[in-house]
Amino acid sequence: MVAITASVPKPASRLRFILDRRDVLGALFVAPAILYVLLLVGVPFLMAVYYSLSAYTIYDPSWQFVGLQNFIDIVQNPTFRQTLTNTFIFTFGSQFLGLILGKFGALVLLRPFPGRKIVRALIILPWAVPVALATVAWQWMFDSLYSVINWSFIAMGFITRDEAPNWLGTPHLAMLSVIIVNAWRFFPFAIVIFLAGITAVPQDVLDAATVDGAGFWRRNYQIIVPMILPIVAIGLIFGIVFTFTDLSIVFLMTMGGPIGATSVLGFAGFQTGITSGDVAHGAAISLFMLPVLLIVVVFMLRFIRRREI
Amino acid sequence: MARTTVAKAAQDTAFYGAVAFFVVLAAFPFYWMLITSFKTNADLYNVTNIPFWFNDAPTLEHFRYLFGKTLFATWLLNSVIIGLCVVAITLVTALPAAYSLARMTGRTGETLGIGIFLTYLVPPTLLFLPLSRVIAELGLQNSMWALVIVYPTFTIPFCTWLLMGFFKAMPPEIEEAAIVDGCSLFGAFIKMALPLSVPGILTVVIFTFTLTLQEFVYALTFISSSDQKPITLGVATDLIRGDVFYWGEIMAGALIASIPVAIAYNLFLDRFIAGITGGAVK
Repeated sequence: MVAITASVPKPASRLRFILDRRDVLGALFVAPAILYVLLLVGVPFLMAVYYSLSAYTIYDPSWQFVGLQNFIDIVQNPTFRQTLTNTFIFTFGSQFLGLILGKFGALVLLRPFPGRKIVRALIILPWAVPVALATVAWQWMFDSLYSVINWSFIAMGFITRDEAPNWLGTPHLAMLSVIIVNAWRFFPFAIVIFLAGITAVPQDVLDAATVDGAGFWRRNYQIIVPMILPIVAIGLIFGIVFTFTDLSIVFLMTMGGPIGATSVLGFAGFQTGITSGDVAHGAAISLFMLPVLLIVVVFMLRFIRRREI
Repeated sequence: MARTTVAKAAQDTAFYGAVAFFVVLAAFPFYWMLITSFKTNADLYNVTNIPFWFNDAPTLEHFRYLFGKTLFATWLLNSVIIGLCVVAITLVTALPAAYSLARMTGRTGETLGIGIFLTYLVPPTLLFLPLSRVIAELGLQNSMWALVIVYPTFTIPFCTWLLMGFFKAMPPEIEEAAIVDGCSLFGAFIKMALPLSVPGILTVVIFTFTLTLQEFVYALTFISSSDQKPITLGVATDLIRGDVFYWGEIMAGALIASIPVAIAYNLFLDRFIAGITGGAVK
Protein backbone atom coordinates (compact mmCIF):
# COMPACT_ATOMS: atom_id res chain seq x y z
CA MET A 1 0.00 0.00 0.00
CA VAL A 2 2.72 2.38 1.00
CA ALA A 3 4.78 1.31 -2.00
CA ILE A 4 1.92 2.07 -4.40
CA THR A 5 1.19 5.57 -3.13
CA ALA A 6 4.89 6.33 -3.21
CA SER A 7 5.26 5.21 -6.80
CA VAL A 8 2.24 7.03 -8.21
CA PRO A 9 3.64 10.58 -8.36
CA LYS A 10 6.82 9.33 -9.95
CA PRO A 11 5.80 9.23 -13.67
CA ALA A 12 4.14 12.61 -13.29
CA SER A 13 7.25 14.15 -11.83
CA ARG A 14 9.37 12.56 -14.55
CA LEU A 15 7.11 14.10 -17.20
CA ARG A 16 7.37 17.36 -15.38
CA PHE A 17 11.10 16.97 -15.19
CA ILE A 18 11.30 16.46 -18.97
CA LEU A 19 9.00 19.39 -19.64
CA ASP A 20 11.19 21.54 -17.44
CA ARG A 21 14.20 20.93 -19.61
CA ARG A 22 14.66 23.97 -21.76
CA ASP A 23 15.70 22.12 -24.92
CA VAL A 24 12.87 19.57 -24.72
CA LEU A 25 10.09 22.07 -24.14
CA GLY A 26 11.69 24.37 -26.70
CA ALA A 27 11.60 21.63 -29.33
CA LEU A 28 7.99 20.74 -28.44
CA PHE A 29 6.97 24.38 -28.73
CA VAL A 30 8.50 24.93 -32.11
CA ALA A 31 7.48 21.57 -33.60
CA PRO A 32 3.90 22.40 -34.74
CA ALA A 33 4.99 25.49 -36.66
CA ILE A 34 7.90 23.68 -38.31
CA LEU A 35 5.70 20.68 -39.18
CA TYR A 36 3.01 22.87 -40.69
CA VAL A 37 5.50 24.74 -42.83
CA LEU A 38 7.36 21.58 -43.84
CA LEU A 39 4.16 19.75 -44.82
CA LEU A 40 2.49 22.59 -46.70
CA VAL A 41 5.44 24.55 -48.06
CA GLY A 42 8.41 22.15 -48.09
CA VAL A 43 6.67 19.09 -49.48
CA PRO A 44 4.65 21.01 -52.11
CA PHE A 45 7.83 22.73 -53.19
CA LEU A 46 9.49 19.37 -53.83
CA MET A 47 6.32 18.23 -55.59
CA ALA A 48 6.52 21.29 -57.84
CA VAL A 49 10.09 20.37 -58.72
CA TYR A 50 9.04 16.81 -59.50
CA TYR A 51 6.02 17.95 -61.56
CA SER A 52 8.32 20.04 -63.72
CA LEU A 53 10.34 16.91 -64.51
CA SER A 54 7.29 14.75 -65.27
CA ALA A 55 4.62 14.45 -67.92
CA TYR A 56 1.82 15.09 -65.42
CA THR A 57 -1.39 16.66 -66.73
CA ILE A 58 -4.86 16.51 -65.21
CA TYR A 59 -5.81 14.17 -68.07
CA ASP A 60 -2.83 11.88 -67.59
CA PRO A 61 -1.86 11.74 -63.92
CA SER A 62 0.83 9.09 -64.49
CA TRP A 63 3.76 11.17 -63.21
CA GLN A 64 6.03 9.71 -65.87
CA PHE A 65 9.56 11.07 -65.55
CA VAL A 66 10.68 13.01 -68.62
CA GLY A 67 13.81 14.76 -67.36
CA LEU A 68 14.34 18.30 -68.56
CA GLN A 69 11.99 17.95 -71.55
CA ASN A 70 9.43 20.43 -70.14
CA PHE A 71 12.08 23.08 -69.66
CA ILE A 72 13.40 22.52 -73.17
CA ASP A 73 9.83 22.81 -74.52
CA ILE A 74 9.07 26.09 -72.82
CA VAL A 75 12.42 27.75 -73.51
CA GLN A 76 11.95 27.01 -77.21
CA ASN A 77 8.54 28.63 -77.11
CA PRO A 78 8.77 32.30 -78.19
CA THR A 79 5.63 33.13 -76.17
CA PHE A 80 7.40 31.98 -73.04
CA ARG A 81 10.50 33.99 -73.83
CA GLN A 82 8.29 37.03 -74.17
CA THR A 83 6.70 36.18 -70.80
CA LEU A 84 10.13 36.06 -69.20
CA THR A 85 11.10 39.44 -70.67
CA ASN A 86 7.74 40.89 -69.60
CA THR A 87 8.31 39.69 -66.05
CA PHE A 88 11.61 41.54 -65.81
CA ILE A 89 10.17 44.71 -67.38
CA PHE A 90 7.16 44.56 -65.07
CA THR A 91 9.27 43.97 -61.95
CA PHE A 92 12.04 46.47 -62.48
CA GLY A 93 9.84 49.08 -64.12
CA SER A 94 7.41 49.16 -61.24
CA GLN A 95 10.09 48.92 -58.53
CA PHE A 96 12.03 51.79 -60.10
CA LEU A 97 8.95 53.97 -60.35
CA GLY A 98 7.82 52.95 -56.86
CA LEU A 99 11.18 53.75 -55.28
CA ILE A 100 11.37 57.19 -56.86
CA LEU A 101 7.86 58.03 -55.71
CA GLY A 102 8.73 56.56 -52.31
CA LYS A 103 11.86 58.65 -51.83
CA PHE A 104 10.10 61.90 -52.71
CA GLY A 105 7.04 60.97 -50.70
CA ALA A 106 9.25 60.29 -47.68
CA LEU A 107 10.90 63.70 -48.03
CA VAL A 108 7.45 65.28 -48.07
CA LEU A 109 6.18 63.37 -45.05
CA LEU A 110 9.34 64.01 -43.07
CA ARG A 111 8.51 67.66 -42.57
CA PRO A 112 5.91 68.30 -39.87
CA PHE A 113 2.81 70.13 -41.09
CA PRO A 114 -0.79 70.37 -39.92
CA GLY A 115 -2.76 67.28 -40.95
CA ARG A 116 0.29 65.10 -41.53
CA LYS A 117 -1.34 62.12 -39.79
CA ILE A 118 -4.34 62.21 -42.12
CA VAL A 119 -2.12 62.62 -45.16
CA ARG A 120 -0.06 59.63 -44.07
CA ALA A 121 -3.22 57.57 -43.55
CA LEU A 122 -4.43 58.44 -47.06
CA ILE A 123 -1.06 57.79 -48.68
CA ILE A 124 -0.82 54.35 -47.09
CA LEU A 125 -4.14 53.24 -48.63
CA PRO A 126 -2.82 51.71 -51.89
CA TRP A 127 -0.64 49.33 -49.99
CA ALA A 128 -3.13 48.47 -47.24
CA VAL A 129 -6.18 47.72 -49.34
CA PRO A 130 -6.43 44.22 -50.86
CA VAL A 131 -4.61 44.37 -54.17
CA ALA A 132 -7.40 42.67 -56.09
CA LEU A 133 -9.92 45.32 -55.08
CA ALA A 134 -7.62 48.26 -55.84
CA THR A 135 -6.79 46.67 -59.18
CA VAL A 136 -10.46 46.47 -60.09
CA ALA A 137 -10.79 50.19 -59.35
CA TRP A 138 -7.89 50.88 -61.71
CA GLN A 139 -9.41 48.62 -64.34
CA TRP A 140 -12.50 50.79 -64.19
CA MET A 141 -10.35 53.92 -64.44
CA PHE A 142 -8.65 52.46 -67.54
CA ASP A 143 -12.00 51.43 -69.08
CA SER A 144 -11.96 51.55 -72.86
CA LEU A 145 -14.98 53.87 -73.04
CA TYR A 146 -15.62 55.42 -69.63
CA SER A 147 -12.00 55.95 -68.57
CA VAL A 148 -11.77 58.93 -66.22
CA ILE A 149 -8.15 59.37 -67.28
CA ASN A 150 -9.11 59.74 -70.93
CA TRP A 151 -12.01 61.99 -69.97
CA SER A 152 -9.61 64.32 -68.17
CA PHE A 153 -7.17 64.39 -71.09
CA ILE A 154 -10.03 65.18 -73.46
CA ALA A 155 -11.41 67.88 -71.15
CA MET A 156 -7.97 69.47 -70.92
CA GLY A 157 -7.76 69.43 -74.71
CA PHE A 158 -4.71 67.15 -75.03
CA ILE A 159 -6.55 64.63 -77.19
CA THR A 160 -9.91 64.25 -78.91
CA ARG A 161 -12.33 61.44 -78.16
CA ASP A 162 -11.30 59.64 -81.37
CA GLU A 163 -7.66 59.63 -80.30
CA ALA A 164 -8.41 58.43 -76.78
CA PRO A 165 -6.09 55.49 -76.05
CA ASN A 166 -7.41 52.05 -75.21
CA TRP A 167 -5.13 51.54 -72.22
CA LEU A 168 -5.59 47.85 -71.65
CA GLY A 169 -6.11 46.93 -75.30
CA THR A 170 -2.82 48.22 -76.77
CA PRO A 171 0.32 46.17 -76.04
CA HIS A 172 2.72 48.87 -74.82
CA LEU A 173 0.04 50.85 -73.02
CA ALA A 174 -1.22 47.69 -71.32
CA MET A 175 2.29 47.00 -70.00
CA LEU A 176 2.58 50.61 -68.88
CA SER A 177 -0.81 50.34 -67.13
CA VAL A 178 0.09 47.23 -65.11
CA ILE A 179 3.45 48.79 -64.20
CA ILE A 180 1.70 51.96 -63.03
CA VAL A 181 -0.76 50.00 -60.92
CA ASN A 182 1.99 47.94 -59.33
CA ALA A 183 4.20 50.98 -58.67
CA TRP A 184 1.16 52.71 -57.21
CA ARG A 185 0.59 49.75 -54.95
CA PHE A 186 4.20 49.69 -53.73
CA PHE A 187 5.12 53.32 -53.35
CA PRO A 188 3.46 53.76 -49.92
CA PHE A 189 5.47 50.78 -48.72
CA ALA A 190 8.62 52.45 -50.09
CA ILE A 191 7.70 55.70 -48.34
CA VAL A 192 7.22 53.92 -45.02
CA ILE A 193 10.50 52.05 -45.43
CA PHE A 194 12.41 55.25 -46.26
CA LEU A 195 10.77 57.04 -43.33
CA ALA A 196 11.62 54.23 -40.93
CA GLY A 197 15.22 54.43 -42.10
CA ILE A 198 15.57 58.20 -42.01
CA THR A 199 14.00 58.67 -38.58
CA ALA A 200 16.34 55.98 -37.22
CA VAL A 201 19.43 58.03 -38.11
CA PRO A 202 20.60 59.41 -34.74
CA GLN A 203 20.18 63.16 -34.53
CA ASP A 204 23.55 63.62 -32.75
CA VAL A 205 25.36 62.11 -35.73
CA LEU A 206 23.66 64.64 -37.99
CA ASP A 207 24.36 67.47 -35.55
CA ALA A 208 28.02 66.48 -35.32
CA ALA A 209 28.25 66.48 -39.13
CA THR A 210 26.58 69.89 -39.31
CA VAL A 211 29.03 71.29 -36.76
CA ASP A 212 31.85 69.87 -38.85
CA GLY A 213 30.52 71.82 -41.82
CA ALA A 214 28.53 69.23 -43.78
CA GLY A 215 25.73 70.82 -45.85
CA PHE A 216 22.29 69.42 -46.68
CA TRP A 217 23.38 67.30 -49.66
CA ARG A 218 26.49 66.05 -47.96
CA ARG A 219 24.45 65.01 -44.92
CA ASN A 220 21.93 63.40 -47.24
CA TYR A 221 24.29 61.38 -49.41
CA GLN A 222 27.21 60.67 -47.11
CA ILE A 223 25.37 59.97 -43.87
CA ILE A 224 21.66 59.32 -44.35
CA VAL A 225 21.80 57.24 -47.52
CA PRO A 226 24.54 54.85 -46.33
CA MET A 227 22.81 54.51 -42.98
CA ILE A 228 19.38 53.69 -44.40
CA LEU A 229 20.72 51.42 -47.13
CA PRO A 230 20.15 48.16 -45.19
CA ILE A 231 16.51 48.90 -44.49
CA VAL A 232 15.89 50.07 -48.06
CA ALA A 233 17.50 46.86 -49.28
CA ILE A 234 15.04 44.83 -47.21
CA GLY A 235 12.14 46.80 -48.62
CA LEU A 236 13.40 46.34 -52.16
CA ILE A 237 13.78 42.59 -51.62
CA PHE A 238 10.14 42.32 -50.58
CA GLY A 239 9.10 44.46 -53.51
CA ILE A 240 11.03 42.38 -56.02
CA VAL A 241 9.88 39.03 -54.66
CA PHE A 242 6.22 40.00 -54.56
CA THR A 243 6.26 41.67 -57.96
CA PHE A 244 8.29 39.01 -59.73
CA THR A 245 5.86 36.32 -58.60
CA ASP A 246 2.67 38.38 -58.91
CA LEU A 247 -0.42 37.12 -60.63
CA SER A 248 -3.40 39.15 -59.46
CA ILE A 249 -2.78 42.51 -61.17
CA VAL A 250 -2.19 40.99 -64.60
CA PHE A 251 -4.95 38.43 -64.15
CA LEU A 252 -7.56 41.04 -63.29
CA MET A 253 -6.53 43.85 -65.61
CA THR A 254 -5.36 42.32 -68.87
CA MET A 255 -5.49 38.51 -68.64
CA GLY A 256 -1.94 38.61 -70.00
CA GLY A 257 -3.17 40.33 -73.15
CA PRO A 258 -3.34 41.84 -75.61
CA ILE A 259 -1.58 38.97 -77.45
CA GLY A 260 0.61 38.05 -74.50
CA ALA A 261 2.02 41.56 -74.11
CA THR A 262 1.55 41.59 -70.32
CA SER A 263 1.85 37.88 -69.61
CA VAL A 264 4.19 37.35 -66.63
CA LEU A 265 5.58 34.15 -65.07
CA GLY A 266 2.93 33.80 -62.38
CA PHE A 267 0.15 34.32 -64.87
CA ALA A 268 1.64 31.97 -67.49
CA GLY A 269 2.08 29.28 -64.83
CA PHE A 270 -1.56 29.70 -63.84
CA GLN A 271 -2.80 29.63 -67.46
CA THR A 272 -0.83 26.51 -68.36
CA GLY A 273 -1.00 24.61 -65.08
CA ILE A 274 -4.52 25.39 -63.82
CA THR A 275 -6.63 26.66 -66.73
CA SER A 276 -5.22 24.30 -69.38
CA GLY A 277 -4.44 21.51 -66.91
CA ASP A 278 -0.90 20.96 -68.20
CA VAL A 279 0.51 20.74 -64.69
CA ALA A 280 4.02 19.66 -65.73
CA HIS A 281 4.66 22.61 -68.03
CA GLY A 282 2.94 24.98 -65.60
CA ALA A 283 5.27 23.88 -62.81
CA ALA A 284 8.27 24.28 -65.10
CA ILE A 285 7.18 27.86 -65.91
CA SER A 286 6.70 28.70 -62.23
CA LEU A 287 10.11 27.29 -61.38
CA PHE A 288 11.71 29.96 -63.52
CA MET A 289 11.04 32.24 -60.56
CA LEU A 290 13.42 30.17 -58.48
CA PRO A 291 16.76 31.67 -59.58
CA VAL A 292 15.55 35.16 -58.71
CA LEU A 293 14.18 33.96 -55.38
CA LEU A 294 17.44 32.18 -54.57
CA ILE A 295 19.50 35.29 -55.27
CA VAL A 296 17.20 37.27 -53.01
CA VAL A 297 17.40 34.67 -50.24
CA VAL A 298 21.21 34.54 -50.35
CA PHE A 299 21.36 38.30 -50.25
CA MET A 300 18.96 38.42 -47.34
CA LEU A 301 20.83 35.75 -45.36
CA ARG A 302 24.13 37.57 -45.78
CA PHE A 303 22.44 40.76 -44.74
CA ILE A 304 20.91 39.23 -41.59
CA ARG A 305 24.23 37.59 -40.63
CA ARG A 306 26.09 40.86 -40.93
CA ARG A 307 23.49 42.59 -38.77
CA GLU A 308 23.93 40.07 -35.97
CA ILE A 309 27.70 40.40 -35.72
CA MET B 1 12.33 91.01 -45.64
CA ALA B 2 9.65 91.07 -48.32
CA ARG B 3 11.90 88.96 -50.47
CA THR B 4 12.27 86.21 -47.90
CA THR B 5 8.51 86.19 -47.34
CA VAL B 6 7.97 85.69 -51.06
CA ALA B 7 10.59 82.94 -51.14
CA LYS B 8 8.97 81.31 -48.15
CA ALA B 9 5.54 81.51 -49.75
CA ALA B 10 6.90 79.95 -52.96
CA GLN B 11 8.54 77.19 -50.98
CA ASP B 12 5.35 76.51 -49.06
CA THR B 13 3.31 76.41 -52.26
CA ALA B 14 5.73 73.90 -53.78
CA PHE B 15 5.65 71.84 -50.61
CA TYR B 16 1.87 71.71 -50.31
CA GLY B 17 1.70 71.08 -54.05
CA ALA B 18 3.84 67.99 -53.50
CA VAL B 19 1.63 66.91 -50.59
CA ALA B 20 -1.46 67.34 -52.76
CA PHE B 21 0.14 65.37 -55.60
CA PHE B 22 0.83 62.39 -53.34
CA VAL B 23 -2.58 62.48 -51.71
CA VAL B 24 -4.38 62.59 -55.06
CA LEU B 25 -2.16 59.86 -56.49
CA ALA B 26 -2.76 57.55 -53.52
CA ALA B 27 -6.38 58.26 -52.77
CA PHE B 28 -7.98 59.01 -56.13
CA PRO B 29 -8.80 55.36 -56.99
CA PHE B 30 -10.65 55.14 -53.67
CA TYR B 31 -12.49 58.37 -54.29
CA TRP B 32 -13.37 56.81 -57.62
CA MET B 33 -14.71 53.69 -55.88
CA LEU B 34 -16.75 55.85 -53.53
CA ILE B 35 -18.33 58.07 -56.15
CA THR B 36 -18.97 55.20 -58.59
CA SER B 37 -20.74 53.16 -55.95
CA PHE B 38 -23.26 55.96 -55.25
CA LYS B 39 -23.94 57.03 -58.85
CA THR B 40 -26.94 55.95 -60.89
CA ASN B 41 -26.18 53.84 -63.95
CA ALA B 42 -27.53 56.60 -66.20
CA ASP B 43 -24.95 58.93 -64.69
CA LEU B 44 -22.10 56.38 -64.85
CA TYR B 45 -22.49 55.34 -68.45
CA ASN B 46 -22.69 58.75 -70.07
CA VAL B 47 -19.43 60.03 -71.53
CA THR B 48 -20.65 63.62 -71.72
CA ASN B 49 -21.18 63.88 -67.95
CA ILE B 50 -18.41 65.27 -65.81
CA PRO B 51 -17.31 62.08 -64.01
CA PHE B 52 -15.84 63.65 -60.86
CA TRP B 53 -19.12 64.40 -59.10
CA PHE B 54 -22.80 63.54 -59.12
CA ASN B 55 -24.80 64.67 -62.14
CA ASP B 56 -27.89 62.83 -60.91
CA ALA B 57 -28.79 62.53 -57.26
CA PRO B 58 -26.73 59.88 -55.39
CA THR B 59 -28.38 56.49 -55.08
CA LEU B 60 -28.15 53.39 -52.89
CA GLU B 61 -29.30 51.09 -55.68
CA HIS B 62 -25.89 49.42 -56.06
CA PHE B 63 -25.65 48.64 -52.36
CA ARG B 64 -29.20 47.35 -52.36
CA TYR B 65 -28.47 45.13 -55.35
CA LEU B 66 -25.24 43.94 -53.76
CA PHE B 67 -26.87 42.78 -50.54
CA GLY B 68 -30.19 41.71 -52.04
CA LYS B 69 -29.39 40.05 -55.36
CA THR B 70 -25.81 38.82 -55.05
CA LEU B 71 -23.94 36.54 -52.68
CA PHE B 72 -22.09 39.50 -51.18
CA ALA B 73 -23.28 38.81 -47.62
CA THR B 74 -22.16 35.19 -47.97
CA TRP B 75 -18.70 36.26 -49.16
CA LEU B 76 -18.43 38.63 -46.24
CA LEU B 77 -19.34 35.85 -43.84
CA ASN B 78 -16.94 33.41 -45.56
CA SER B 79 -14.10 35.89 -45.18
CA VAL B 80 -14.86 36.38 -41.49
CA ILE B 81 -14.96 32.61 -40.87
CA ILE B 82 -11.76 31.99 -42.84
CA GLY B 83 -10.04 34.88 -41.06
CA LEU B 84 -11.04 33.73 -37.57
CA CYS B 85 -9.99 30.11 -38.19
CA VAL B 86 -6.64 31.15 -39.65
CA VAL B 87 -6.06 33.51 -36.71
CA ALA B 88 -6.72 30.62 -34.29
CA ILE B 89 -4.38 28.22 -36.12
CA THR B 90 -1.70 30.88 -36.40
CA LEU B 91 -1.81 31.85 -32.72
CA VAL B 92 -1.72 28.26 -31.49
CA THR B 93 1.34 27.43 -33.58
CA ALA B 94 3.22 30.72 -33.86
CA LEU B 95 3.06 31.83 -30.20
CA PRO B 96 4.88 28.83 -28.70
CA ALA B 97 7.21 28.64 -31.70
CA ALA B 98 8.22 32.27 -31.41
CA TYR B 99 8.69 31.96 -27.64
CA SER B 100 10.81 28.89 -28.08
CA LEU B 101 12.95 30.45 -30.83
CA ALA B 102 13.42 33.62 -28.83
CA ARG B 103 14.07 32.10 -25.40
CA MET B 104 14.76 28.40 -25.35
CA THR B 105 16.77 27.29 -28.34
CA GLY B 106 19.64 29.77 -28.42
CA ARG B 107 21.74 29.98 -31.57
CA THR B 108 19.86 27.16 -33.36
CA GLY B 109 16.64 29.02 -32.69
CA GLU B 110 18.01 32.10 -34.39
CA THR B 111 18.85 30.11 -37.53
CA LEU B 112 15.54 28.24 -37.45
CA GLY B 113 13.70 31.53 -37.07
CA ILE B 114 15.37 32.94 -40.18
CA GLY B 115 14.56 29.68 -41.99
CA ILE B 116 10.88 29.95 -41.08
CA PHE B 117 10.77 33.58 -42.12
CA LEU B 118 12.29 32.80 -45.50
CA THR B 119 9.39 30.46 -46.26
CA TYR B 120 7.24 33.59 -46.20
CA LEU B 121 9.04 34.55 -49.38
CA VAL B 122 8.09 31.33 -51.22
CA PRO B 123 5.37 32.64 -53.52
CA PRO B 124 1.86 31.20 -53.96
CA THR B 125 2.45 31.12 -57.70
CA LEU B 126 5.13 28.49 -57.15
CA LEU B 127 3.09 26.35 -54.78
CA PHE B 128 -0.44 26.52 -56.15
CA LEU B 129 -0.06 23.55 -58.50
CA PRO B 130 1.10 20.98 -55.93
CA LEU B 131 -1.15 22.50 -53.25
CA SER B 132 -4.23 22.12 -55.42
CA ARG B 133 -3.33 18.42 -55.62
CA VAL B 134 -2.97 18.29 -51.82
CA ILE B 135 -6.34 20.01 -51.46
CA ALA B 136 -7.91 17.48 -53.81
CA GLU B 137 -6.45 14.59 -51.79
CA LEU B 138 -7.98 16.11 -48.66
CA GLY B 139 -11.33 16.31 -50.45
CA LEU B 140 -11.52 20.06 -50.01
CA GLN B 141 -11.57 21.19 -53.62
CA ASN B 142 -13.89 24.09 -54.18
CA SER B 143 -14.41 24.66 -50.47
CA MET B 144 -13.41 27.64 -48.37
CA TRP B 145 -11.92 25.24 -45.81
CA ALA B 146 -9.10 24.70 -48.30
CA LEU B 147 -8.12 28.31 -47.64
CA VAL B 148 -8.25 27.76 -43.88
CA ILE B 149 -5.68 24.98 -44.36
CA VAL B 150 -3.46 26.86 -46.80
CA TYR B 151 -3.38 30.43 -45.46
CA PRO B 152 -1.38 29.53 -42.33
CA THR B 153 1.51 28.64 -44.66
CA PHE B 154 2.24 32.35 -44.92
CA THR B 155 0.69 33.66 -41.70
CA ILE B 156 2.67 31.28 -39.44
CA PRO B 157 6.09 32.29 -40.79
CA PHE B 158 5.24 35.96 -40.74
CA CYS B 159 3.73 35.97 -37.25
CA THR B 160 6.42 33.76 -35.77
CA TRP B 161 8.97 36.30 -36.95
CA LEU B 162 6.92 39.21 -35.64
CA LEU B 163 6.40 37.58 -32.22
CA MET B 164 10.03 36.50 -31.97
CA GLY B 165 11.06 40.12 -32.04
CA PHE B 166 8.41 40.85 -29.47
CA PHE B 167 9.52 38.17 -27.01
CA LYS B 168 13.15 39.16 -27.43
CA ALA B 169 12.34 42.71 -26.42
CA MET B 170 10.73 41.48 -23.17
CA PRO B 171 13.03 41.25 -20.11
CA PRO B 172 13.60 37.55 -19.28
CA GLU B 173 13.95 38.36 -15.56
CA ILE B 174 10.18 38.20 -15.01
CA GLU B 175 9.92 34.58 -16.14
CA GLU B 176 13.16 33.69 -14.37
CA ALA B 177 11.77 35.05 -11.13
CA ALA B 178 8.61 32.98 -11.60
CA ILE B 179 10.69 29.85 -12.17
CA VAL B 180 12.77 30.52 -9.06
CA ASP B 181 9.49 30.81 -7.16
CA GLY B 182 8.59 27.28 -8.24
CA CYS B 183 6.77 27.87 -11.51
CA SER B 184 7.44 25.37 -14.30
CA LEU B 185 8.87 26.51 -17.64
CA PHE B 186 5.51 25.90 -19.27
CA GLY B 187 3.78 27.78 -16.45
CA ALA B 188 6.14 30.70 -16.86
CA PHE B 189 5.18 30.89 -20.53
CA ILE B 190 1.43 30.70 -19.85
CA LYS B 191 1.24 32.83 -16.71
CA MET B 192 4.02 35.37 -17.27
CA ALA B 193 5.05 35.67 -20.91
CA LEU B 194 1.61 35.50 -22.56
CA PRO B 195 -0.16 38.14 -20.44
CA LEU B 196 2.77 40.49 -20.98
CA SER B 197 2.68 40.06 -24.74
CA VAL B 198 -0.96 40.99 -25.27
CA PRO B 199 -0.05 43.98 -27.49
CA GLY B 200 2.07 41.68 -29.66
CA ILE B 201 -0.70 39.11 -29.85
CA LEU B 202 -3.18 41.79 -30.83
CA THR B 203 -0.88 42.94 -33.65
CA VAL B 204 -0.59 39.38 -34.89
CA VAL B 205 -4.36 38.88 -34.79
CA ILE B 206 -4.97 42.03 -36.83
CA PHE B 207 -2.28 41.27 -39.38
CA THR B 208 -3.24 37.64 -39.81
CA PHE B 209 -6.79 38.75 -40.46
CA THR B 210 -5.79 41.40 -42.99
CA LEU B 211 -3.37 39.02 -44.73
CA THR B 212 -6.21 36.55 -45.25
CA LEU B 213 -8.41 39.33 -46.62
CA GLN B 214 -5.72 40.46 -49.03
CA GLU B 215 -4.90 37.04 -50.41
CA PHE B 216 -6.09 36.43 -53.95
CA VAL B 217 -4.01 33.79 -55.75
CA TYR B 218 -4.89 30.74 -53.64
CA ALA B 219 -8.54 31.72 -53.49
CA LEU B 220 -8.61 32.07 -57.28
CA THR B 221 -6.92 28.70 -57.76
CA PHE B 222 -8.89 26.59 -55.31
CA ILE B 223 -12.39 28.03 -55.41
CA SER B 224 -14.81 28.34 -58.27
CA SER B 225 -18.24 27.97 -56.64
CA SER B 226 -19.67 31.41 -55.97
CA ASP B 227 -21.01 30.56 -52.52
CA GLN B 228 -17.59 29.47 -51.24
CA LYS B 229 -15.67 32.56 -52.31
CA PRO B 230 -14.09 34.97 -49.87
CA ILE B 231 -14.99 38.62 -50.30
CA THR B 232 -11.97 39.74 -52.32
CA LEU B 233 -12.39 37.00 -54.89
CA GLY B 234 -16.16 37.35 -55.03
CA VAL B 235 -16.11 41.09 -55.65
CA ALA B 236 -13.30 40.90 -58.21
CA THR B 237 -14.58 37.97 -60.26
CA ASP B 238 -18.24 37.32 -59.55
CA LEU B 239 -19.97 40.58 -60.36
CA ILE B 240 -19.42 40.18 -64.10
CA ARG B 241 -22.09 38.65 -66.30
CA GLY B 242 -20.55 37.59 -69.58
CA ASP B 243 -18.86 40.73 -70.79
CA VAL B 244 -20.84 43.13 -68.62
CA PHE B 245 -19.10 44.51 -65.56
CA TYR B 246 -21.45 45.67 -62.81
CA TRP B 247 -19.19 48.61 -62.00
CA GLY B 248 -21.46 50.24 -59.42
CA GLU B 249 -21.78 46.99 -57.48
CA ILE B 250 -18.11 46.06 -57.90
CA MET B 251 -16.97 49.42 -56.56
CA ALA B 252 -19.47 49.29 -53.69
CA GLY B 253 -18.24 45.83 -52.70
CA ALA B 254 -14.59 46.85 -53.01
CA LEU B 255 -15.26 49.87 -50.83
CA ILE B 256 -16.93 47.87 -48.06
CA ALA B 257 -14.15 45.29 -48.03
CA SER B 258 -11.37 47.90 -48.12
CA ILE B 259 -12.42 50.09 -45.22
CA PRO B 260 -11.69 47.72 -42.29
CA VAL B 261 -8.34 46.68 -43.76
CA ALA B 262 -7.32 50.28 -44.31
CA ILE B 263 -8.16 51.22 -40.72
CA ALA B 264 -6.34 48.20 -39.29
CA TYR B 265 -3.23 48.98 -41.31
CA ASN B 266 -3.10 52.56 -40.21
CA LEU B 267 -3.40 51.59 -36.56
CA PHE B 268 -0.72 48.92 -36.63
CA LEU B 269 1.61 50.17 -39.34
CA ASP B 270 4.64 50.88 -37.16
CA ARG B 271 4.68 47.43 -35.63
CA PHE B 272 4.29 45.89 -39.06
CA ILE B 273 7.31 47.77 -40.39
CA ALA B 274 9.37 46.83 -37.34
CA GLY B 275 8.42 43.21 -37.96
CA ILE B 276 9.09 43.17 -41.66
CA THR B 277 12.51 44.77 -41.35
CA GLY B 278 13.36 42.55 -38.37
CA GLY B 279 14.73 45.44 -36.37
CA ALA B 280 17.22 46.30 -39.14
CA VAL B 281 17.12 49.90 -37.99
CA LYS B 282 18.44 49.23 -34.51
